[in-house]
Amino acid sequence: MKPAFATKQLSGWGRYPVESCHLFRPEKRSGVAATLASGLQPSYISRGLGRSYGDAALNQNAGVIWHILLNRFLSFDSASGVLECESGVSLAEIIQYFLPRGWFLPVTPGTKFVSVGGAIAADIHGKNHHQDGSLSNFVLDFRLLVPTGEVLLCSPSLNPEIFWATVGGMGLTGVLLSTRLQLRRVDSAYVFVDFHKASNLDDALATMEASDDRYDYSVAWIDGLATGKTMGRSVLMRGNHAAAAELPARVRHALAAPTVPQWNLFVDFPSWTLNRLTVKAFNTAYYAVHRTVPRQLVSFEKFFYPLDAIDQWNRMYGKRGFVQYQIALPQASGRSGLRAILDRLARSGRASFLAVLKRFGDAGPGLLSFPLRGYTLALDIPAARGLVPFLHELDRMTLDFGGRIYLAKDAVLRAGDFAAMYPKLEDFRAIKRKLDPQRLLSSSLARRLGIVD
Amino acid sequence: MFDSRFPIGPIHNLQSAIVNRQGGVAVPTVLILGANAGIGRALAGEFASHQHDLMLAGRDMEELQALASDLNLRHHVSVRAERVDVLNFDALESSLAACIAGAGDSLVGVVLCTGYLGDAETARRDLNEARRILDTNFTGSALALNVLANHFERKGKGFICALSSVAGDRGRQSNYLYGSAKGGLTTYLQGLRNRLYHCGVHVITVKPGFVDTRMVFGKAKLPLVATPEAVARQIYLAVKSRKNVVYVPWFWRVIMSVVGLIPEGLFKRLRM
Repeated sequence: MKPAFATKQLSGWGRYPVESCHLFRPEKRSGVAATLASGLQPSYISRGLGRSYGDAALNQNAGVIWHILLNRFLSFDSASGVLECESGVSLAEIIQYFLPRGWFLPVTPGTKFVSVGGAIAADIHGKNHHQDGSLSNFVLDFRLLVPTGEVLLCSPSLNPEIFWATVGGMGLTGVLLSTRLQLRRVDSAYVFVDFHKASNLDDALATMEASDDRYDYSVAWIDGLATGKTMGRSVLMRGNHAAAAELPARVRHALAAPTVPQWNLFVDFPSWTLNRLTVKAFNTAYYAVHRTVPRQLVSFEKFFYPLDAIDQWNRMYGKRGFVQYQIALPQASGRSGLRAILDRLARSGRASFLAVLKRFGDAGPGLLSFPLRGYTLALDIPAARGLVPFLHELDRMTLDFGGRIYLAKDAVLRAGDFAAMYPKLEDFRAIKRKLDPQRLLSSSLARRLGIVD
Repeated sequence: MFDSRFPIGPIHNLQSAIVNRQGGVAVPTVLILGANAGIGRALAGEFASHQHDLMLAGRDMEELQALASDLNLRHHVSVRAERVDVLNFDALESSLAACIAGAGDSLVGVVLCTGYLGDAETARRDLNEARRILDTNFTGSALALNVLANHFERKGKGFICALSSVAGDRGRQSNYLYGSAKGGLTTYLQGLRNRLYHCGVHVITVKPGFVDTRMVFGKAKLPLVATPEAVARQIYLAVKSRKNVVYVPWFWRVIMSVVGLIPEGLFKRLRM
């Protein structure tokens, strides 16, 4: 019997764009191969928790393979911390079941509601990129179902060219069935955080340069609306995992942080909720309430996942949704690039509610991996008239400074700019052609960017 | 949102289970037939989260092993798997005997979740499809319960829980093969409950409404679809509180009583 599918209007986390896709939901591993072989759709893309922002997990009028039920832990070695699991497992589940045993994610993005498969496909980075690099550094190996129906075991030493095309490869080389991940040993569910208020961009960058190497984790909230002498004013939050022995007596269970109350935005806010005035008020208040203080004990939830406390926070942007715009700029041109882009953003009158700045360490070998040594800036910009041309302008600026756009968040980049940003694209295409001559794996993003024609 | 199961239950349960293990007393084991997908898989998670050891049975061993590892890693319970195919009538006794032996003395009950909706259109013409629907939902299921009933009767305690369906309450043109097989199973369970009551074994009939499993995924928009996890939680509670017949979610009892009141002369004219 052919696998059943449901035709749905799907979107990414930014709720822009929304596209009609044919959704498959295999319950067994064999169901993935059966779907690919069914001939029901011209192409397929894998989808996990739908937390990429744009169209990476969309496939307009074609197949989307939802991994929500392929989420089983397969093995765990409590001595080495190696976890083997299926792609649909969420980072939240890994934390829920393995943090109490003293193991944490080696790399985590700003939300724990992403799947392992999606995390590998985007080769995600976290607040520790300057120390540890991206997630692919902790992927020991994975089993990849390639379009010919074969299952390949790939690691940095086994099928290395496929391994480095698949990490960061946005699901286009094959379907990830299971992965072995190296978890990180931790002593507690807490982080000691040093807060530092930087009065402008130079201050922020200088502080990061001077002392980021003393911290496992480093990130800065940046005021995207401040101009003039205060442009780039920031609150740096840098921390290290707390050892159990360092915890104050009031913390009774080192590995079990108190759970954060969950809120849910049940309704779409009106699209004007986040406008220049409200964001400016928020930013001023946020900057004002923070102090430069050392060694604050913060639970992992509050430090890594502040927004996870609000379920469906994306509804804050209203029905029209928003675009998350994240760029990486190389070390050499980073300062001037950040200055130019923040200045352009401030002049545009568009308000970025959340702007985040951090330093990146060395780039990894992933062919389409995003990070490169330098800086990364992430902005949330509400979808409104004229946004796409404005972002295209930012794309060109980013490109001129030698930077690139993060595909997991992108919804508007054009093929030409993309090719110029990712110099290993041709190597990727060559591997893709070899693995998938029929172009059975494709996505709306892949077609928009000309990765798959 | 992702794991809507109960948290690992009241802490004292967890601790007593651990103490039991250290004391060498067996943890209760539940046999789940048809554990690979849908409600069966969710029920396995529900029982595991309440610190029951499990014996999983189904046709696809690779899948069962994956689920077994998963539940063991999440909930620290011991989970084993055996191959059982309720359509293989000749092998039923021996394969179920292997499950019973594997579970050992700690086996406290069984939940039968096997089911096959099939394609009603195809089954009108294709007798193989019709037979598969009848055999999976009634003959195979009843035969499996026959074997298990004797085991629990000898033991003099335990529970037998089986998934029937609201579709068994009244035949409709759209799925009367499935419905009649489930209706037969409901009647079988009534009789079994009556027989086993006298030897201390409890029988629970579960009638789920629409549940978000393979049976309904991709079908035209259905109303009132429940998640397998929510249904599993209610079944677990029904087993614990020794209910006889439960509708899950509960409101299907109301819906089906109303459906039952429609006179046949009128009912036959409806398209449902």
